[in-house]
Amino acid sequence: MAARVNTAGDNKGFLKWARSRKGQQVIIIVAFMIIPLALLFTFTYLPFGEMVGFSFYKMKYLGKRTFVGWKNYASVFSRKDCFGALKLSLYYMGGSVVQLALALYLATVLSFKVKGGNLFKGFMFFPYLINGIAIGFIFKFFYTRGFVFDTVLQWCGFQLDNLPYWLKDQRINNISLVGTSVWRYFGQNMVLFIGAIMSVDSELYEAAMLDGANRLQQFRYIILPSIKTIVTLNVILSITGSLSAFEPPYVITSGANGTGTYFVVMNEIAHTQQKVGLASAMAVVLLLIIFAATILQKLFFKYVFRNAEDEDFGAAKKREKQLAKYAARKAGR
Amino acid sequence: MTVLQKIGHYLVSVLKYLSLVFFSFVAVLPVVSCVITAFKTEEEYQNTNVMTLPESWLNFNNFLQSFDRANMGKAFVNSLIILVAVLTVSVLVGTSLAYVLNRFKFPGNGLIRNLFLFATLLPGVAMQVAVYGIMDSLNFINTLYGYIIMMCGTDVIAIYIYIQFFENISVSLDESAIIDGASYFTIYHKILLPLLKPAIVTSCILKGVGTYNEYYCANLYLQNKKQLPTVATSLYTFVGPLGSKYNLICAGVIISLLPALIVFILFQKQIYNGMTAGSVKG
Repeated sequence: MAARVNTAGDNKGFLKWARSRKGQQVIIIVAFMIIPLALLFTFTYLPFGEMVGFSFYKMKYLGKRTFVGWKNYASVFSRKDCFGALKLSLYYMGGSVVQLALALYLATVLSFKVKGGNLFKGFMFFPYLINGIAIGFIFKFFYTRGFVFDTVLQWCGFQLDNLPYWLKDQRINNISLVGTSVWRYFGQNMVLFIGAIMSVDSELYEAAMLDGANRLQQFRYIILPSIKTIVTLNVILSITGSLSAFEPPYVITSGANGTGTYFVVMNEIAHTQQKVGLASAMAVVLLLIIFAATILQKLFFKYVFRNAEDEDFGAAKKREKQLAKYAARKAGR
Repeated sequence: MTVLQKIGHYLVSVLKYLSLVFFSFVAVLPVVSCVITAFKTEEEYQNTNVMTLPESWLNFNNFLQSFDRANMGKAFVNSLIILVAVLTVSVLVGTSLAYVLNRFKFPGNGLIRNLFLFATLLPGVAMQVAVYGIMDSLNFINTLYGYIIMMCGTDVIAIYIYIQFFENISVSLDESAIIDGASYFTIYHKILLPLLKPAIVTSCILKGVGTYNEYYCANLYLQNKKQLPTVATSLYTFVGPLGSKYNLICAGVIISLLPALIVFILFQKQIYNGMTAGSVKG
């Protein structure tokens, strides 16, 4: 990209170059990219590189460092609090399955004419806009013994004595926390899915209606195929999201009573115990897992959705055929 | 339609509305219970069930008290400064980067796009272990500008929204401006930026809500909670001594989410559009 004009020591030549179209292009490209690239480097790639370096040392933020080789990595896998915490992400994966299914159902319902649809949508989406710490307080209050959740359950006929302590009882507290995360994000997923469903040509629905397809068939043959890409994407995102679950336990229980997910433990090790090397190793291990998941996702997309557009076209045709067949059968009866 | 079909139809739609009402109730209940509690006096709070309505809906005492105790006046000022600065910088930086990446072919274009995409894979919380050291060596800790600069650097989704938008603006517009003798900067500044307005509004709302709600980094880098609270971190005041005075805490929570609620009511459509736009490539 270097200027192919002999600018060396030749001020006039440089000015001429700078006024030329080519010169202007180079100048604007450099000028417009220098700040974002500097920010990207300083706050993403530099720390990323440093973190990998840190992971081989026994160190605090200040003071001397000792090189320990792979010892930190060995600790990540042997320490109970580190790797064991990853098991908790299974709860969050379970939660995201519930969340996606719920979002899909609600999005389907709300995509058709529903009285007060916008109001329902608004109610369910709003939790997404509340800040994490406020959510922490809201749910500490919500789950406190004898408070909101218990009261509502008592209205439904449960006895207070039979109810567990939602945030203390280790059999249930992780599920309570996952519940808050589902509560926060299901509306947002729903809005995403509504967007995808709305982008389907409305003629398809009309044609299906005329042919007498019921709602379930419309969902199966029209809605699902057209939004499968975004659904798959969200399923995969939810896997990485579950591995890095952080906010609910961090703000509601501070990781107490066996609710410390991998990141909560890492945060504690890094900023409270100041074992920066170990925390960095933990971060790198998780990043590797996330990369592996992402590469799998790429491969998955490559082979399953190969020639996505062709296939979509084919699928649409197939759908039409199926609908036609369905209509023919119905007419024949 | 036979009677049976009619009944079936009716049942389905009853079930549909029941489920909608139920999930809306679930979504709203935690917040509503907070509103109820925020209006209760100390005595009411101690002696009545949490779901009992307050005697007076005009008891703003808790709101005033928690606004005072959590230093929310200062927090709102700080959050406003942060918001204005971060949005201004990230709109300028983001649109200009998207302009260059979309309009010019040059070696490294693809690489830079990939560098930004790859950055989204690195989870923010994990990165802070090392970012902390960098913030420290730049003397950015406990400064508003340091936090602002850091917050400007991490927005890939907005860049993709802009790039998508640029793709739909015809290049012939640029070309005719070039024939008229406009410089590239003029094209960006005078022609494309105004056309980009809808995308800017969308990304500003998303980024704005995100910035306003951000508290992990604010907590980490703005440690001086007396001088540098943001709305999100000011709520931390309630963690210690006020641990169980939920009538005050709830009032604080409600105050903190009011701006988000107002923005939501005013810009519902743009927010929904933004969610969908950001998801396509994000």
